Amino acid sequence: MTPSMVFTQNGGTLSLREIPQHAPDRFAQALLSALSGGWRVVSYFGVQAEDGVRLYCLLSFKSHATIGVMSTLVTGKSFYSLTDEAPQLHLFEREIAEQFSLDPEGHPWPKPVRFAPALGSLPGSAPHRPPTIGIMDFYRVEGDEVHEVAVGPVHAGIIEPGHFRFQCFGEEVMHLEVSLGYQHRGVERMMQGRPGERMRKLAETMAGDTTIGHGTAYAMIVEALASTAPPARAQAVRGIALELERLANHTGDLGAISGDVGYLPTASFCGRIRGDFLNMTAGICGSRFGRDLVVPGGVAFDLSADGARQLADRIRTARDEVTNAIDLLWDTPSVLARLEGTGVVSEQTALELGLVGPAARASGLNRDIRRDHPFGIYSMSQIPVETGKSGDVYARTMVRWLEMEKSLDFIEEQLAQLPGGATRRAVGEVSAECLAVALTEGWRGEVCHVALTDARGAFSRYKVTDPSFHNWSGLAMALRGGQISDFPLCNKSFNLSYCGVDL
Amino acid sequence: MIKAVLARIKQGHRTMAYPKKPLPLPERFRGYPELKGSLCPADCRLCADACPVGAIGCDKGLSVDLGKCLFCAECSAACPHGAISYSGDHSLAANRREDLIIREGEERRLARALDKKMLSIFGRSLKFRSVVAGGCGACEADSNVLSTIGWDLGRFGLQFVASPRHADALWVTGPVTENMREALLLTYQAIPAPKLVIACGACAINGGPFIGSSEVHDGVDGLIPVDLYIPGCPPHPLTILDGLLRLLDRLE
Repeated sequence: MTPSMVFTQNGGTLSLREIPQHAPDRFAQALLSALSGGWRVVSYFGVQAEDGVRLYCLLSFKSHATIGVMSTLVTGKSFYSLTDEAPQLHLFEREIAEQFSLDPEGHPWPKPVRFAPALGSLPGSAPHRPPTIGIMDFYRVEGDEVHEVAVGPVHAGIIEPGHFRFQCFGEEVMHLEVSLGYQHRGVERMMQGRPGERMRKLAETMAGDTTIGHGTAYAMIVEALASTAPPARAQAVRGIALELERLANHTGDLGAISGDVGYLPTASFCGRIRGDFLNMTAGICGSRFGRDLVVPGGVAFDLSADGARQLADRIRTARDEVTNAIDLLWDTPSVLARLEGTGVVSEQTALELGLVGPAARASGLNRDIRRDHPFGIYSMSQIPVETGKSGDVYARTMVRWLEMEKSLDFIEEQLAQLPGGATRRAVGEVSAECLAVALTEGWRGEVCHVALTDARGAFSRYKVTDPSFHNWSGLAMALRGGQISDFPLCNKSFNLSYCGVDL
Repeated sequence: MIKAVLARIKQGHRTMAYPKKPLPLPERFRGYPELKGSLCPADCRLCADACPVGAIGCDKGLSVDLGKCLFCAECSAACPHGAISYSGDHSLAANRREDLIIREGEERRLARALDKKMLSIFGRSLKFRSVVAGGCGACEADSNVLSTIGWDLGRFGLQFVASPRHADALWVTGPVTENMREALLLTYQAIPAPKLVIACGACAINGGPFIGSSEVHDGVDGLIPVDLYIPGCPPHPLTILDGLLRLLDRLE
């Protein structure tokens, strides 16, 4: 019997021939048994094959920093849905169904993900036409005094579009359904072909507030396929930029959370300090979002000795100011009263849904790619993982703050010991017929890129999983049994990406 | 309470002096390109080939389309002759799409002020309704930042509002995905006339990094009329504010 999986690690490659292809029932068995043995799905997607649609599943085993890969071939018009046994697969299966016009047999919630045209289909059958965006069979609660609230796609404020459908009994939310797809730009389709500048720009804009997180994952994919290791100095600069991205976004989120509970001092201060962190990134590469900093082979901009000193000074000032702003939250009982017990996601729910990032850690799940599957500078310098217990808005707020403190420490440490040498290395030829995987820990959590190359070294499939893909159902669960008026606050405490999911 | 007061004193008054005083930008900021087409050898297309989105033209002399440009500067890296470089000049916004295509030696065609009648309506108070139509979050973030205390957009009579019915102008970011086309058009219709349209960022102008995708409309042109184009991927907040103040005739 073939082994159920082959193994690689973060930033590793496998020859496509090495990956075991199981019969559908053996695949389902192997996948469920891996999940019950402590593995977790990081990516699960379809690829057009000559004789059907091939499904690849990538799993993480954190204590060994190992990634396992298995596959199966779908030749009929349906595939087994395992969502009932493993809810963390629910959106992956819906996505496979939509992208390859397949039927997820036994899926409890077989609905569109992006209302997008299919990427492929079974040989000999035409791909399904996508349904009109927003037209779908929404879950509905019937009964006296039950009412429905529909919000979006256009929201108040400068916010990405998405549709939310609440089933309410009075103020109480019985169910929230999140329906996305409005931001669908066709990124995965455009990521087919030879790797190059255009693809790097697409990676940076998969979720533009995670430019470094996604940009680094893309660079790692190309480097893995080309067997190129970026210089140590480049790895340090990438790490600094990733932590600056985390600091900027966490600061913005903490400000927005305090704004949503009506506590304006911290909201005002953080709105400005967030910009200070963005400007630090602009100091390195000219762009506040870190555009064009991370390139395959290293980084396009070096930190001069002077630049590093200035950055260290700015970090010191920002730490002082942001600590001052955030401390007010913990000292204000009316703020804490709004945060505590609001939007609870239990550890069990977080585990079942496969949440990632600060949202998972706030519910007590101890997972962080920087430690579990270390990449780049994080293989050399550890960053402590912060978790909470209560799974409420308070925990998601507190975890963010604790992470910020660690990021500030990390940047100071890196600036004090920047390795010398080059910042960029020439990238060689991309290997043909390989699978490469890259995971980074963006500020929202785990960013996963997987690429498959064809015989000429072009991407035949490029699969992107933004952390928000795992976490939107966490937000829906956080609302269950809560007040509809708490939605903005809960939403802010997750602050998920629409474009990262819609791609 | 006393802690909040002390924090307020410590954090201080932080609204920037711009536009009374210039705002220093980072040294590596990439703004208005400087072109020296005279340095180009015949038939050289190195810069055009290096551009990921086809923003560079070589046929009738060297040109850069700021509406497409992502300011990645791959073109200057590819050019061995030094014909393209990016200056620190943040002023980029224009009124007409064709004004965004720049050539060596041509006069800068920056955004001009609204006509007298429109200025009398909007000059002291202009409210925007934002529609994100496939944006990656960066244009949105740097539009949002204008409302923070550092930039304090309100001091110019400018404000982002929650309803199109309260708005004077539509603020578009993103390449206009097929899935947002209808919502964008309905929002435009819901704004009472007279109204303005602002296309903020490379995506809204011409599709940005997503140009050519079958799922997007390569920007708002052709769907609704645009009054102000603000280039950049994303535009720096200063580029955005500069464009708005030019439109309202507030820059000397």
